[in-house]
Order: sequence, then C-alpha cells, then structure tokens
Amino acid sequence: MSGPPRSFLCTWPLRSDTSRSCSFPSPSACIANPKTLLLGAGAQVGVIFTFLGAHLLGFDLPSAASIAIIGGADGPTTIYIGAKLAPQVLGATAVAAYSYMALVPVIQPPVMRLLTTKNERRIVMRQLRPVSRLERIVFPIVGTLVICLLVPASAPLMSMLMVGNLFRESGVVERLVSTSQTELMNIVVIILGLSVGATLNAETFLRPQVLMVFGLGLVAFALCTATGVLLAKFMNLFLKDKINPLIGAAGVSAVPMSARVVHTMGSEANRKNYLLAHAMGPNLAGVIGTAVLAGVFLSILG
Amino acid sequence: MDVVAYVPGKVLQVKVAVGGTIKEEQEVMVIESMKMETKIYAESAGRVSEIKVAPGCMVKIGDVLLVLE
Repeated sequence: MSGPPRSFLCTWPLRSDTSRSCSFPSPSACIANPKTLLLGAGAQVGVIFTFLGAHLLGFDLPSAASIAIIGGADGPTTIYIGAKLAPQVLGATAVAAYSYMALVPVIQPPVMRLLTTKNERRIVMRQLRPVSRLERIVFPIVGTLVICLLVPASAPLMSMLMVGNLFRESGVVERLVSTSQTELMNIVVIILGLSVGATLNAETFLRPQVLMVFGLGLVAFALCTATGVLLAKFMNLFLKDKINPLIGAAGVSAVPMSARVVHTMGSEANRKNYLLAHAMGPNLAGVIGTAVLAGVFLSILG
Repeated sequence: MDVVAYVPGKVLQVKVAVGGTIKEEQEVMVIESMKMETKIYAESAGRVSEIKVAPGCMVKIGDVLLVLE
C-alpha cells in the first residue's frame, strides 16, 4: 500500500493508547463491581458476529477481522489491526470507526430502547464501594500480566493501555501524566490522522467495497450494543442485586461517550438513577475486551 | 433523606437555598462529571437545612450535598 510504512502505522496507535488511558477516568467501577468486566466481554460478542457476517459477504478473514473490530469502538486498536492484518481496508475502517464513535448518541439509544423494558431501565444502581489506591495500582499490573499470558498477541495493546492507567494511578509521575494527556495526545492525533489519511488514495478508497465497510461498521456498533445489553439482562436472571441492563451498552468502549448515553437514558427512565459511574465499569472493561479480542485475531490470522 | 452525590465531579450550580422546601425528584443541583452536566434530583421531599457544597467544589461519590430535615 502507498502512504506511511506499516511499521509506522503499527506503533503510533500504541502511543495513542497510552495517552488516552491517562485521561480516562479511573477503573474504580471495574474493581468495585467485577461483574461489569463480563459486560465488557459481552459487547465484544457483537464483533465476532460481524466478523462472521463480513466473511460471508465476501471479505477474506483478515479484512473481516479489521472491519469487525470497528465494533470495539477503539480507534487505535482498529488502526493497529488494520495495519497488521488488512492494510487495504485500513483507511475505510479507520474513518468508519471514528465516525461511528462520534455517532454513538445516535446509534445506541434505539437499540437500547428496543431491547429493554421500561421497568428494566428504571432499575436503580446504588453506591459503588470505595476503591483503595493500592487496588487501583495493582489492577493495571495484574491485568496486564494475566492478559498477556493468556493472549500474548495482545501484549502491545494491553501494556500500552495499562501503562497510561498506571502513570495516572501511581500519582508519582505527574509530569508524564500531564504530557500524556495533552501534548502527547495532540501529537499522536495529528500524526495518526494524517498518516491514516495518507492511505486513503483513490485506488483503495473510491471503491464500492468501502460502502460495505461503512455498512458493516454500523452493524458492528449496533450488534455490540445489543449483545452488551442482552448479556446484562441474562446476568440479571441470576443476580439478587440487579444491574440496570442499560449499562451493558457501555461495553461498546467509546469512552466516555457510551457511558454518558447510558446515564442519560437511565436518568430519563428514573431521575433517581445515576448510572454514569456504574457505566464506567463496562466502558473500561470494553477497552480491555477489544484489546484482548484484537490479540486473538492477530494470533489466529496474523 | 440527605441528598448525596452519586457521581464524582465539580459542582456547577446549586439550585436551592437554605430554608427552601423541595419536592421529591426536584432538580436541586448540577454537577459536571466526566465532562457531562449531570442534574441531581432530590430523593425525597423536605426542607433544606444545610447546603454543604458551593459552585466550584469537587465532590466524590458518597459526599453529602444537601442536608434535609
């Protein structure tokens, strides 16, 4: 492919992961309520369905994986997978991923409303237990170790994500955190944006296939929202302290956009409900889930 | 029941005054949490006896915002 070299496109998304996770809210919701980690996984099931669908529609397996991972709502991961597996669709998948992430408030609510009853949306979720600083430091370290051992191919993504988290939670590298959240973030956005844009030449981008990529990306977002919500409803069958199924939609890890969408819908159903903090659990779990699933794709198809 | 913060963030507006009566589910405060303006509603009706925060204060989950009698 013409444009920036593949190695370049592989390393810059990783730096973006670090700077992004520095600015994320803390993983306290994940740690306080570990069930929400499952919801992060639940949303990724939609990616798998999209993967199969894309393949059935004629895309080869690596391209289908790059398209399906759009549903993970994770720009850097989408670029990383695209650069490694299917550079010919990278431009289209990147454009689709970022566009749909901005459209989350439009795409998610209809799906969420369709799959939940008014009573389910009214379920109130209360206090999260306070999470100690030690827990918030141990979480990224243990999480990285466990996941890198289980899915070694996800190591670059996971470790870059978690190191940004660790920078912030340790509280002793304020300068690094500050740079990551601002200057590094802006530098990476400019460089990534221009590099990915440079791959959008006419031969690869002005083709009917690109429309299919956009369509499948939209399907991926909707499916991931659906599988997240449905898993939450399923979990409620076994839970005494019910979770509000809306937070399953936050497994689509557009941080914190989908958490905000969940909160707004929850508040509309029941003013006493403040789902924002609770939705951050699946939100961050979804980022981890997407990184793991990307690692799985890489190890099987890379 | 006291009005407690269920989201962390910065208080933007306090919409009631000490001594005022509030109804259940009345909007009493606006907090900015994760770059989103979140409206805080009263859990129950009552009279405001104390306002524990002011615009600009940072609050954590569990902080008491208003004391009702």
